[in-house]
Amino acid sequence: MAGLQDQLRLVPLEHYVFLCIVLFCIGMTGVLLRRNLINVFLSIELMLNSVNLLAVAFSVYHNDPNGQAFVFFVMVVAAAEVAVGLAMLVMIYRNVRTVDINALNQLKW
Amino acid sequence: MTEVLFYSLAAISIISSILMIFHKNAMYSVLYLLICFFSVAGLFVMLNAQFLAVVHVIVYAGAIMVLFLYVIMFLNMSTPITIRKSKLVMGIAVFTGLLLCFVLTTALWSTDFGSNPAVVDQNIGLASTLGKVLFKEFLIPFEVSSVLFLSAMVGIVIFNKKDVKDE
Repeated sequence: MAGLQDQLRLVPLEHYVFLCIVLFCIGMTGVLLRRNLINVFLSIELMLNSVNLLAVAFSVYHNDPNGQAFVFFVMVVAAAEVAVGLAMLVMIYRNVRTVDINALNQLKW
Repeated sequence: MTEVLFYSLAAISIISSILMIFHKNAMYSVLYLLICFFSVAGLFVMLNAQFLAVVHVIVYAGAIMVLFLYVIMFLNMSTPITIRKSKLVMGIAVFTGLLLCFVLTTALWSTDFGSNPAVVDQNIGLASTLGKVLFKEFLIPFEVSSVLFLSAMVGIVIFNKKDVKDE
């Protein structure tokens, strides 16, 4: 991989940060936009993903492997979060017979 | 060459994620997110983080997305859910996303990250380097995460256990 030096010179760090900002904002828009609980979870996954990419980019550009170890832990927590979240989704579906988040408005009053 | 690769992967990930949030069918949303995850794994490879690229594909594409697809098929909701949200709420959601994007981009504009490093350690992303870091500096968090997984598993089983009183 002799080309890595040139590669890092070609793509500045700012472009990685901008890509991560755009992906994070798309994920946040998805959380606000959709009423389907599954799509909300998918958007949260997208946001976690963009933060992972940001951490890896900073870790490589600063020669620090700790950033990638943190990304590893973020992936672990994301996997546990998705498993618990989908279990809650199935439980909600069994009780309310829908995955529409507007059906869960009992705490509003 | 690498520049072109970076921008095309970035474009693929952005376009597929936009399609993901606007598609009515949850099944297609999962598949679009899968495309996005693969392009992000490609970006990891470009950053020389091979270990994380492989873990990303295995954990996200292999495990999490299969879990999502399984739940969608389990709940039998492959039929599209119509978006009955009012146009006003949708407009406000998109506007909020664009506003956050604008604010963060402005902050990025006025930040100086310094020049790119002169010397890059090419072994940072390899499994041997990351393994040493994980098992020396991050040994206790690593073990705690296994307890986290165990508690998540117990929680899931309790969530989906049928209540005896209801029967």
